[in-house]
Amino acid sequence: MTAFELRGLDAAIARDAPQREGLRAVDRLAIGGVALLLGFFVLLPLVSIAYEALRAGWPAAAATFADPYARAAIALTGLTALVTVAVNGTFGVLAGWTLTKYRFPGKALLLAIIDLPLTVSPVVAGLALLLCFGTNAPLGAWFAAHGWKIAFAPPGIILATIFVTFPYVARETIALMSETGPELEEAALGLGATLWQTFALVTFPRARWAILNGLLLCNARALGEFGAVSVISGNIRGLTSTLPLHIDILYNEDNLVGAFTLAGALALLVIGLTLARSVIEARHQPNHIIETRR
Amino acid sequence: MIPGRGLALGITMMIVAIVVVVPLGALVLTLNGITPAGFLATAFSHSALAAYRLSFGAAILASLIDVVAGAAIAVVLVRYPSPGMRILDALVDVPFALPPAVTGITLATLYGPHGWIGAWLAQHGIAVAYTPAGIVLALAFVGMPFVVRTVQPVIAALPREYAQAAASLGATPFTILRRITLPLVAPAFLTGFALALARTLGEYGSVIFIAGNMPGKTEIVPLIIVTRLEQYDFSGAAAVALVSLVVSFLMLLTINALQRRMLAARTAA
Repeated sequence: MTAFELRGLDAAIARDAPQREGLRAVDRLAIGGVALLLGFFVLLPLVSIAYEALRAGWPAAAATFADPYARAAIALTGLTALVTVAVNGTFGVLAGWTLTKYRFPGKALLLAIIDLPLTVSPVVAGLALLLCFGTNAPLGAWFAAHGWKIAFAPPGIILATIFVTFPYVARETIALMSETGPELEEAALGLGATLWQTFALVTFPRARWAILNGLLLCNARALGEFGAVSVISGNIRGLTSTLPLHIDILYNEDNLVGAFTLAGALALLVIGLTLARSVIEARHQPNHIIETRR
Repeated sequence: MIPGRGLALGITMMIVAIVVVVPLGALVLTLNGITPAGFLATAFSHSALAAYRLSFGAAILASLIDVVAGAAIAVVLVRYPSPGMRILDALVDVPFALPPAVTGITLATLYGPHGWIGAWLAQHGIAVAYTPAGIVLALAFVGMPFVVRTVQPVIAALPREYAQAAASLGATPFTILRRITLPLVAPAFLTGFALALARTLGEYGSVIFIAGNMPGKTEIVPLIIVTRLEQYDFSGAAAVALVSLVVSFLMLLTINALQRRMLAARTAA
């Protein structure tokens, strides 16, 4: 109950106003405008993916998946995502623990370095890895001498994907674990728990939804990574071509049905992961919307 | 004190070093191969300068568009909560979820000369695909969710008391907007802008398909890097990469500092 009516933009953002008065013309205009904007800007592209994929009929779209190159790309993307999620998940949990349970100098710097891949362009990331592990680079030459091909091979693709998705799990666990500080763990240790018991019974159960959230985002990003992988992979069809790179190849060959069928499948998968994230966020950590969206 | 600090810190730092520090270090070390004059010549060549201007300009413009569009979307999402609004809310996440290459080929086809929107625009003599406008469009698409998701919770939690108090003291709506509401939401807008900018500055996959990639006209910075790599000009690629990295960091640092000043001013007042 306010004695003084708020007008202009202030009225527009007072959320209790419309329920009281019913929708006015201004409200309808605002809703319609935003619906139109999102419809044209976001929904139409989604619909066009399905249209382009299916314009030659279901059999043509389905045939895309029978192509051995497409299958090789799907397998490589699956392998890359699996290794990336395992590595970054392990690191994320460890980093969450280390950065929130201990005091040490240079913590802010370490945090900044962990976040660095978010600001580095994917292409620059791929370039850096190429300059590090290419056969001309000392490190790459050393690995090559021991029979390990990294650049232009699956290990390089996996490394690039790990780099690009490096901070996602760590950010979630650090944000969640820093809420409580080390007090709970200190209490558990004081009561005679071992370090492992403390982690498994005190720290992990509290952080599991944040970890799962980070893993979902990491997985979604790993499945779709393009820029870094395209630089380091050499894009050899059937060998070092991931799903996004294969979509690129098909598109440039004017095989639009193939490109959009794979793009649609990838989009469905990744949108599913994002929706799962939103559900978890809404249920388990309503306060983390801002931090976790990156 | 929790035991295990040395081990946990050691392993964490080792992984960070292997994944992040060593590759970025290799990028910087590659520049050892060229002289300062050579660096300047290659990092600020004619085509590189045009690409910086295009990439940074398009990213800033797209992020500004996102702030305006994102503010409108966030206000409507917060103000009219209803089951139907959930669909719009879910749509906001789509650009965030879509893989870059998927976004790239979809926008290029949709706005291309034969696409649903592109064909209609072409009849009216407007070209979006393969022009700088297409680059801005793709970047705005990619950056939009960052602004909405940053601004949305802040608008939802906006304290009404100050605005009501000001209204009771006779302030006009414009004064309330300028003196109370805007200062309260400005830091969130700035954060949203920074997040969108951070994402769009280095964007590659969603842009190259619609960009057209004409040297000096629609050639973005990541493409310059890729082109130089294809010519085995490693130090040239590293030079451009380093300049773009430094400029990105400076931009984001500036926004960070601005934001801290804003928050400090607010707590002081």
